[in-house]
Amino acid sequence: MKRISRAWQLYVLLAPAIVYILVFKYWPMYGVQIAFKNYNPVDGFTDSPWVGLTHFIRFVNSYQFGQVVGNTLWIAVLGLLVAFPIPIILALLVNQLQSERFKKFTQTVLYSPAFISTVVVVGIMFVVLSPRSGLVNNAIQLGGGEPIFFMGSAEWFRPIYVISDVWQNAGFSMIVYLAALAAIDPALHDAAKVDGASKLQRIRHIDLPGIMPVVTILFILAIGNLLNVGFEKALLMQTPLNISTSEIIQTYVYHAGLQQAQFSYSAAIGLFNSLLNLALLLVFNTIARRANQATLW
Amino acid sequence: MSLTTNPRTTENRSRPLSQFRPKRTLRDKYGDRAFNIGATAVLLLSILAVVYPLYFIVIASISDPNAVYEGKVWLLPSGVTTEGYERIFADSRIWNGLGNTVIYTVLGTAVSVSTILCGAYALSRKDMPGRKILMLLFVITMFFDGGLITKYLVVRDLGMLDTVWAVVLPGAVGVWNLIIARSFFEHTIPNELREAAQMDGATDFKFFFQMVLPLSKPLIMLMIMVHVVAQWNSFFDALIFLNDDSKYPLQLVLRNILIQSDVSSTGTTGGDIESYAAAQRIAELTKYAMIVVSSLPLMIALPFMQKHFTKGAMIGAVK
Repeated sequence: MKRISRAWQLYVLLAPAIVYILVFKYWPMYGVQIAFKNYNPVDGFTDSPWVGLTHFIRFVNSYQFGQVVGNTLWIAVLGLLVAFPIPIILALLVNQLQSERFKKFTQTVLYSPAFISTVVVVGIMFVVLSPRSGLVNNAIQLGGGEPIFFMGSAEWFRPIYVISDVWQNAGFSMIVYLAALAAIDPALHDAAKVDGASKLQRIRHIDLPGIMPVVTILFILAIGNLLNVGFEKALLMQTPLNISTSEIIQTYVYHAGLQQAQFSYSAAIGLFNSLLNLALLLVFNTIARRANQATLW
Repeated sequence: MSLTTNPRTTENRSRPLSQFRPKRTLRDKYGDRAFNIGATAVLLLSILAVVYPLYFIVIASISDPNAVYEGKVWLLPSGVTTEGYERIFADSRIWNGLGNTVIYTVLGTAVSVSTILCGAYALSRKDMPGRKILMLLFVITMFFDGGLITKYLVVRDLGMLDTVWAVVLPGAVGVWNLIIARSFFEHTIPNELREAAQMDGATDFKFFFQMVLPLSKPLIMLMIMVHVVAQWNSFFDALIFLNDDSKYPLQLVLRNILIQSDVSSTGTTGGDIESYAAAQRIAELTKYAMIVVSSLPLMIALPFMQKHFTKGAMIGAVK
């Protein structure tokens, strides 16, 4: 008790942050109970009547269930397979550059799109991919092809989504790996050079193992956020014409919940999403631990 | 080492040291050179892929919309016009949005950075009772989240809908940033310094404000920039929490003009097709200009921020 009273000033410093997470993180968690209730504004979180798993059953049986969950997994997995390794490859290549100036220049250019807002990136996609006047379609027509209505076609949604993600974020993610590469002891490289190792061999046997802990941690974090990332972009990219591939769990929650005011139903779907995420995270963290890699805890 | 990396110097051959070079060096040197060429080529292509779309938008924004439409604009603008920019600067929605964004950015950054710095410092103190439990409380929120709907209901119940606070507060404290700040304090503020200060009678407040903060300038810069960029670019909280369009931040205004208008106009072909097409082209021109104007402030600031972000990545990588 005496220790606590002596540290009261530290608690004062921490108080705003604590109040913040209690109000904006834990209060909504408490409110998650509406997923099992028929929420009505008059009774609030606590007093609305319980309905058990009704909303979950309704979601699982709804005709959108397969489509929405499928779309979510498609985007998530595609994003992970394509967008996760590219920054690592870029970092390994940039790290091997001999000219410091070219190195710096490459870094700055590659990560500059990260500062463009998602709204503007999607805006860029709409103008550049426009079927009437877009750059890409002009090029296609120049080559004698037929213009493609990219933003209004369901087949193109996934490729465009993933490519634009790489375009925007790969350079920024690269920096973390570059930092990890810079921390590798140069003596290892010198020793390998003396032994006659080529650049590729040094990348494989020194650089890659050296950044593996960082790779694993970022991979686990990416898995933990697998179903959350990019929701804003998916929402922005949605048009009535591509809805069959662009409607993911989170955008569905937004439409059903906030636009149609089905609070309980969409809270249930949101909870489904969070639990799925948590499960994935736990599974992959366990795998990483078994494989003796770095883990989150 | 310069002996092996500089093949053009012939005098190396006569030096006795060269005899100790491993036999495979010569062959691998060609392998390495091929690798260098390949790596440089890949990186140059990536740079082009990043830069060209942006460059195209800049030249398209000052070109005659008909030339863009006909695919005549590739490397240089054609039929230079400033009409796109004139239209934007005449649009009150843009100015209003810009004003709101500045307010939200300043306010949001001030709230977030001060909360994070104070909280992270307290959590970095190993002698703080209950530190582990409190930290766990924060970390849990990284992995489990109440979801969009309940967050919306909480904000509504607090009576914050349609107020500045709905944009500033709900996303104020990112736990990831808190962890970065905490590990920065743990690594840069020596315990001995605090003990010495306490000997001299400094309280925790005094120590934090007069010694820790001045020693943490790189961290403070990083935190300010992260939050400025995030607030400047955010639109989603505004989308769900604001109904009154006079409070919309710039990004939401941009979304309505850049993205929404495109969707609605694709279906409405009717009336005078000629003039409709002309209006369409002017609208496209305005979009190019709008993309330039809205991205320019951060792009100009980028070189100044670069140093701090790279440093930030190092701090983050330590964790």
